[in-house]
Amino acid sequence: MSSNWMSEIAPAGAEIFLACAAMALLMLGVFRGNQSTRLISWLSVAALAIAYVFLLSAPDNGSVVLAGMFRTDMFAHFMKGLILMGSGLAIVMSLNYIRDHGMERFEYPILIVLATMGMLMMVSANDLLSLYVGLEMQSLPLYVIAAFKRDSLRSSEAGLKYFVLGALSSGMLLYGCSMIYGFAGTTNFDALAEALSSGRIEVGIGLIIGIVFLTAGLAFKVSAVPFHMWTPDVYEGSPTPVTAFFAVAPKIAAMALFMRALLGPFPELAQEWQQIIVFVSIASMVLGAFAAIGQTNIKRLMAYSSIGHVGYALVGLAAGTEEGVRGVLIYMAIYLAMTAGTFAVILCMRRKEGMVEDIGELAGLSRSHPALGVVMALFMFSLAGVPPLAGFFGKLYVFMAAINAGLYLLAVIGVVASVVGAFYYLRIVKIMFFDEPAEPFAKPFGPAMGVIMTGTGLFTLLFFVFPSPLTEGARVAAAALLQ
Amino acid sequence: MDIGLGHYLTLAAILFTLGVFGIFLNRKNVIIILMSVELMLLAVNINLVAFSSFLQDLVGQVFAMFVLTVAAAEAAIGLAILVVYFRNRGSIEVEDINLMKG
Repeated sequence: MSSNWMSEIAPAGAEIFLACAAMALLMLGVFRGNQSTRLISWLSVAALAIAYVFLLSAPDNGSVVLAGMFRTDMFAHFMKGLILMGSGLAIVMSLNYIRDHGMERFEYPILIVLATMGMLMMVSANDLLSLYVGLEMQSLPLYVIAAFKRDSLRSSEAGLKYFVLGALSSGMLLYGCSMIYGFAGTTNFDALAEALSSGRIEVGIGLIIGIVFLTAGLAFKVSAVPFHMWTPDVYEGSPTPVTAFFAVAPKIAAMALFMRALLGPFPELAQEWQQIIVFVSIASMVLGAFAAIGQTNIKRLMAYSSIGHVGYALVGLAAGTEEGVRGVLIYMAIYLAMTAGTFAVILCMRRKEGMVEDIGELAGLSRSHPALGVVMALFMFSLAGVPPLAGFFGKLYVFMAAINAGLYLLAVIGVVASVVGAFYYLRIVKIMFFDEPAEPFAKPFGPAMGVIMTGTGLFTLLFFVFPSPLTEGARVAAAALLQ
Repeated sequence: MDIGLGHYLTLAAILFTLGVFGIFLNRKNVIIILMSVELMLLAVNINLVAFSSFLQDLVGQVFAMFVLTVAAAEAAIGLAILVVYFRNRGSIEVEDINLMKG
């Protein structure tokens, strides 16, 4: 009996550990007060690392546990590894910022850990119920940390907007779930796939409406056009390390959930949802490329940039093939490195009087801080997709998948959009290297920032030399999702 | 007249639409937005319970319980954020939430 019980919960070990760790850290914070924030931050990073060890020891053979709610396979392992890494980087990048900006309260890292737990649940969801609960467990802490700078009007406004639009999207997703449940008679992904492929349930308008609402809710969470309107405001208003967190881990988790929820239960209906994804993908790529051109705030620019990158990643999902899924996985991994590195540079944009966010403040960075300028230029070239940097290969894999799936128009529009998008990335490089220097930024940046920038920069630069660990891992993960 | 599944679904669809319009058309007060969100979630609950009864399947009612729980947590967090916002701005009118143009 006891071994049976263990095998039932062992696959969810990482999530259970994170929940327990968050509660233990909360107790520590309550007893030790806000001066222990730094300690709790490092302990949170340690908890994320230990959760990764739990993840590695969990079975990866596609076993389904907890009454069919929870699936562990290589796809979940791959995505969860990325999410844990993104969350850990976000906590480390916040350390100095929250100390210098009066945000040093112990709840901050704990909220990130709780949100991370929700993200891990999302990735493993095998039922509409666990999908919804995981999504909410991720979203609720995120609303709070968006408004974490309590005395800042911008931060609380960002939190309020994120909350209202996030709640709206959850409502739409939930309405979709209820329609799917009613017209298919089950909420389990395996049962849905089985019922659809055997033709036991006919595909009526009710089921299609359900899938459309579900897709709309998920598009909201990945901030794809036309459900992107919260992104620029929330990215601009939130404290910068929170923006860095938002841009990486929740986006990866939501993209994983998107793939899981469409390719798991509804591969039979690919014809129906493929049109939606193609439209959303084109709209995101085009808007991301054009709307970012006029931006002067670097965080707002990164918001539009992330909308565009979600569009490129969705190209792989629109293909719906194993190659497409592999492309998305590689894209998200590369996106994590590029975005985390870029935000590490943005967090270094500070003077004595505080943080600066205007793109013009980067002027002459190559002379005042040569290393910072070179690293930032590297990330900008990579985000623009200039070979041989990592960002180019991310785009190459998804566009190749689209072409092999016969989606020529999508691939062509994607290439055109990435050429247009290159304009504003290269404009930042031009400002850094050729404009008259502005007042230099305050030093020092701290060793942790240096390590993050060096690590992500080396990954971006040298990906083309050693691509096989990532591409091979992504191939195995994609095969696991589609088997 | 018999009250069938279709009636429940129509009611839920009307309530859901009212909730969505309540969020987008209301220009006065953020509290009304919170009420509209609750309306949307409760419309979904009507859907779930009606399907559950129609299909003779308990999953829908279990789902409705989870939705109720999450709705409570969401309302608590929404109100907390609203209080923080009110302290900074001194107003909760929707028209005043305009510091950043989106």
